[in-house]
Amino acid sequence: MIEFRQVTKRYDSDHTALAQVNFGLDRGELAFLTGHSGAGKSTLLKLIMVMERPSAGEVEVGGQVLNRLPRRQIPYIRRHIGVVFQNHQLLFDRTVFHNVAMPLEVMGVPARDIGRRVRAALDKVGLLSKEKMNPMQLSGGEQQRVGIARAVVNKPPVLLADEPTGNLDPQLSADIMSLFAEFSQVGVTVLIATHDVALINTLGRRTLTLDQGRLVAGGSPGIGGESRHV
Amino acid sequence: MSDSRARAKDVSRGAKSSRSPLAEQATSYFGHHRKVAADSARRLWQSPVASIMTWTVMGVALALPVALMLLLTSLQGVSAGWESSARVTAYLEQDVSLGQAEALKQKVSEDSRVAEVELIDRDAALADFRASSGLEDALDYLNDNPLPHTLLVTPGDGSRTADGIQTLLAVVEGLDGVEQVQVDLGWLQRLNAMTELLERAVWALAILLSAAVVLVIGNTVRLSIENRRDEILVAKLVGGTDGFVRRPFLYTGAFFGLGGGVVAWILLQMSLWWLSGPVERLAGLYRSDFSLSGLTFDGVLALIIVAMLLGWLGAWVAVKRHLDDIEPGEIAGG
Repeated sequence: MIEFRQVTKRYDSDHTALAQVNFGLDRGELAFLTGHSGAGKSTLLKLIMVMERPSAGEVEVGGQVLNRLPRRQIPYIRRHIGVVFQNHQLLFDRTVFHNVAMPLEVMGVPARDIGRRVRAALDKVGLLSKEKMNPMQLSGGEQQRVGIARAVVNKPPVLLADEPTGNLDPQLSADIMSLFAEFSQVGVTVLIATHDVALINTLGRRTLTLDQGRLVAGGSPGIGGESRHV
Repeated sequence: MSDSRARAKDVSRGAKSSRSPLAEQATSYFGHHRKVAADSARRLWQSPVASIMTWTVMGVALALPVALMLLLTSLQGVSAGWESSARVTAYLEQDVSLGQAEALKQKVSEDSRVAEVELIDRDAALADFRASSGLEDALDYLNDNPLPHTLLVTPGDGSRTADGIQTLLAVVEGLDGVEQVQVDLGWLQRLNAMTELLERAVWALAILLSAAVVLVIGNTVRLSIENRRDEILVAKLVGGTDGFVRRPFLYTGAFFGLGGGVVAWILLQMSLWWLSGPVERLAGLYRSDFSLSGLTFDGVLALIIVAMLLGWLGAWVAVKRHLDDIEPGEIAGG
């Protein structure tokens, strides 16, 4: 579902954020992305979201090589990728319902379907009773779950999370992680960037480790995947 | 290889099934337009003071050139009226007899460019002069009648322009027995030259003020883009197209234009009402039927449409310059 082939990202002539990264994630796979801050985690996620373009190599998402994607095609790729942020990026000028509805609105989903699908997503994260509230009235953990509901409301095949448990206590973090595990069980490819090592260890999933832009662990299945293609 | 193809197929199928049928998509597209338009209008309504100020600035900027154009149209009406009343006066030579004068009159009136010819014979002219000038005693000292026969030539419809009259003048002047031809064209030409100059000045002013309107709206829309930065970021993040993100701001610009056009129209009607009395009195003193004309229904419609287009254009400039710069990359952090 996600495929990196010899991907290098240089910002300036001297600063290399990612160097020759190779890996592949299959459909329904859940993996962690870890490393010190500045190791290139965010850059890697941005490449998948087409917020950045690689300096060299190829990024492929859902069978589509993103390097040559024209600018006006980018929104359609993003509709297939749900994203969860540490600071959840909710809008405080509207209700929980309307926050979650945004991905459906940009896709032009008819209004009657929006209501049904938003409630299904909120039900999934256990916040159905709070749809009419402003996100500001919710706790940190609840806000994060609203962010997750928004990321999955249009059933994207790929779900990315950038430090989704950064500000949460261990119990809430575990709840959020089990939500992600449920999504991967129904076929969503989930990639979670985090440096919460304890959390990673309890779950025992595949872990991609970045160190100064190089993938030092967890990349092997991707390389194997690439050799299958050649 | 086959594996990757299977995956590609899988995703494209996913993309198709998530897309609604065409008719439904169109309904939802127009529904979204309606929703965005209503939302933009509501936002303007929520900050009434700021909106009214923008509308007024736009209204004043639009009312000024439109008012001058109306004045110009009224002036052109005046000069057209006077052109149609312009007549060529041909003084015949002293030794032309009344019979010859009649023949000349006949000849001139056969010309297709001439509507009517009137012959004033010299005796009648003298009697007229005697009656109106108060110089009866002085005229008694004259042995002969010093006045010639005179032809008053009224040009036909096709020749009631400055050029047409000039041509007719040359024709009449070329006739045997015509000594001198007179037409008071000077003031007409001066008026025409002035209205032409005024017309260009009005157009220059209109273009400058339109540019000002575009910039004012552009700046206002830029501020509202800044205010809604988070919303734009999230919309782009979840796959909103440029068109989707731009739409509310373009509607905002068009609504600024709508309000500005209405304000301009109100200002024009008010000034017209305020000025019409004195203008009529002044025109009366000049014995002219000059009057200021207001905007017709079509004119009002055109004014409002142009205003909306200018507002839309201003919003488009702002959107192009500022919205496309907002990229969700910046919220993902280092």
